[in-house]
Amino acid sequence: MALLEVRNLDVRFGLRSGEVQALRDINFSLERGERLGVVGESGAGKSVLGFSILNLLSQPGYIAGGEILFEGQNLAAMSPKQLRSIRGNRISMIFQDPMMTLNPVLTIGQQMVECLLAHRKISRKDARRIALQKLKQVQIPSPETRIDQYPHELSGGMRQRIVIAIGLLMDPDIIIADEPTTALDVTIQAEIMDLMLELCERNSVALILITHDLGIVSQVTRRAMVMYAGRIIEQGPTREIINDAQHPYTQGLMNALPQMAIPGQRLNQIRGSMPPLQNIPTGCAFNPRCDYVLDVCHRELPGFTRSGGCKVACHMVAQMKLEEEAAVHALEVK
Amino acid sequence: MIAFLIKRVVQAIIVMFVISLVSFSIQDNLGDPLRELVGQSVSEAERQELRDEMGLNDPFLVQYARFAKNALQGDLGTSYFFKEPALEVILKKLPATLELVLGATLIIMLLSVPLGVYSAIKPYSLFSRAVMGFSIIGISVPVFLTAIGLIYLFSIELGWMPSFGRGETTQILGFWGSGFFTADGLAHLVLPCISLASIMLPLFIRLIRAEMMEVLQSEYVKFAWAKGLSPRRIYFLHALKNTMLPVITVGGVQIGTMVAYTILTETVFQWPGMGFLFLEAVNRVDTPLIVAYLIVVGAIFVVTNTLVDLIYGLVNPTVKLAGKK
Ligand SMILES: Nc1ncnc2c1ncn2[C@@H]1O[C@H](COP(=O)(O)OP(=O)(O)O)[C@@H](O)[C@H]1O
Ligand code: SF4
Ligand SMILES: [Mg+2]
Repeated sequence: MALLEVRNLDVRFGLRSGEVQALRDINFSLERGERLGVVGESGAGKSVLGFSILNLLSQPGYIAGGEILFEGQNLAAMSPKQLRSIRGNRISMIFQDPMMTLNPVLTIGQQMVECLLAHRKISRKDARRIALQKLKQVQIPSPETRIDQYPHELSGGMRQRIVIAIGLLMDPDIIIADEPTTALDVTIQAEIMDLMLELCERNSVALILITHDLGIVSQVTRRAMVMYAGRIIEQGPTREIINDAQHPYTQGLMNALPQMAIPGQRLNQIRGSMPPLQNIPTGCAFNPRCDYVLDVCHRELPGFTRSGGCKVACHMVAQMKLEEEAAVHALEVK
Repeated sequence: MIAFLIKRVVQAIIVMFVISLVSFSIQDNLGDPLRELVGQSVSEAERQELRDEMGLNDPFLVQYARFAKNALQGDLGTSYFFKEPALEVILKKLPATLELVLGATLIIMLLSVPLGVYSAIKPYSLFSRAVMGFSIIGISVPVFLTAIGLIYLFSIELGWMPSFGRGETTQILGFWGSGFFTADGLAHLVLPCISLASIMLPLFIRLIRAEMMEVLQSEYVKFAWAKGLSPRRIYFLHALKNTMLPVITVGGVQIGTMVAYTILTETVFQWPGMGFLFLEAVNRVDTPLIVAYLIVVGAIFVVTNTLVDLIYGLVNPTVKLAGKK
């Protein structure tokens, strides 16, 4: 049994202007200690996916269907109390902007100790000792001083280290890291990312790494999912996706990577932009931006086609597979 | 801390200077004090002489300098009507007014926080909608109408509550006549305090609700949920503490404003406080008393604001009061 298995997840926002579908057909699984990358442009639904896993969608958002099986238990159908015993304990989350994640009026120590006390029957003193130990693990200098300081007394990088320490406090099974370095100064991004990866590795924590940067995903994850307009349009082994992207959108993301640019030329950005949820085109959501668009793309939502180790949602890929198979079949018949 | 205090004291002095200048300068526009002071029978020549004697014919700045010099020694002039030092007349009425404000403040604090927080947490519940509806009514009904309505219902129709005056008071600290220590005094406080609170309470409920709803959307509250904390801890520690910071600031200003609102309430309830006295002073063109009232109210304003800033600095860790640990 996979550690986490998400089946047919369907998430909606009940907006005043009507209901919009934020996530559809979400299917994936995560093994113990695995690193899974989630990529896509801003607005693809990556953060919504992260919050959905913890069943923590805010107001108009709700899980309209599907299952989130954590060790076989469905988080989508759990009581609030059961959910609380999982959040921050078995599955924790690291947010994007460390300047906003920590409560400005509580000390670092208070924000760490409360988490330990919520999940374990230990004394305040022991909790503080564990908190100090975690601060050391994330390489906060002079943790004894820092623990009694307020967030505003610390730099952004320092705060993200603390958020990581809080994420790791309970030695969880899964960490969902939502763009954990995007808001940080470029000079420290790699350092913080390495620290997080190393700590996850050392504690055999499975990591769901959400990012808009395909480069990072290619460097650090074994499997990856590409999201577009609330759907996973391609998923599979990272190496396959990087070396031989099937979906036109994934190919576009690859070509847009700075590493792929020909010196002196402009980056190959995909033309157009992600449609807003209220206004997703019928058929394939990517069709207005796609160079390979077929007639059927305007009419039908593409299903998932297997291609190597990947699952791809594209009519063009499906047709190519059919033709390939036909050719193979023809050869065999001969 | 010391630096902060010095800064605030300097600010307070400047504000008091401006208040004194303004209140002193309006007295020229309040009509002729001599008409109140002396009868019709006094001749114009005698009036001029009196004016000269009282310094009413001197240039404005000379008059102000004289006023300021005396004011610094605690002398705000002599009430034309009471023939007593104006400041003393006012200060004698101060306890009655401050107790009214204190009572109203207690009502506001005890009700606005739970109601505001509840209606932020459960914005769609029937109770929250009712609270919001009543708060709109509360804001739009004028204080004197509320007061008259309360008197009509609880004093005249039901006969439960006294309708005017302070009732029995006890002397505390030697000079302060308090209504908080006798049943009769407390009964007399109820309706005036409710009337005085009637405008501010809905404002505070709405303010707290709006702040709290915003805070509940913040990333740090989402992070607190993601940590698996109990709703109680999230609402009443993480969210409430951040909600109350701006509310404290606004609250301080409003308490000052409430002192001014007492004029209406005290008049309706014939409450023997400063506001009631002020209205009488205006009718009698008792200029020194009017000026003394304005200065005392200004001082209350400055003091409450300074205190509130101090409290804000103490509870908000992101404000650096030098010397605070
Ligand atoms: N609480 C919400 N109410 C309405 N729409 C939302 C809410 N949260 C996110 N969305 C919408 O869902 C879409 C996906 O958002 P998000 O998951 O934050 O994208 P990403 O993290 O991939 O940049 C966006 O179009 C966003 O506007
Ligand atoms: S389904 Fe059609 S429009 Fe969508 S990516 Fe494939 S080819 Fe392009
Ligand atoms: Mg996001």
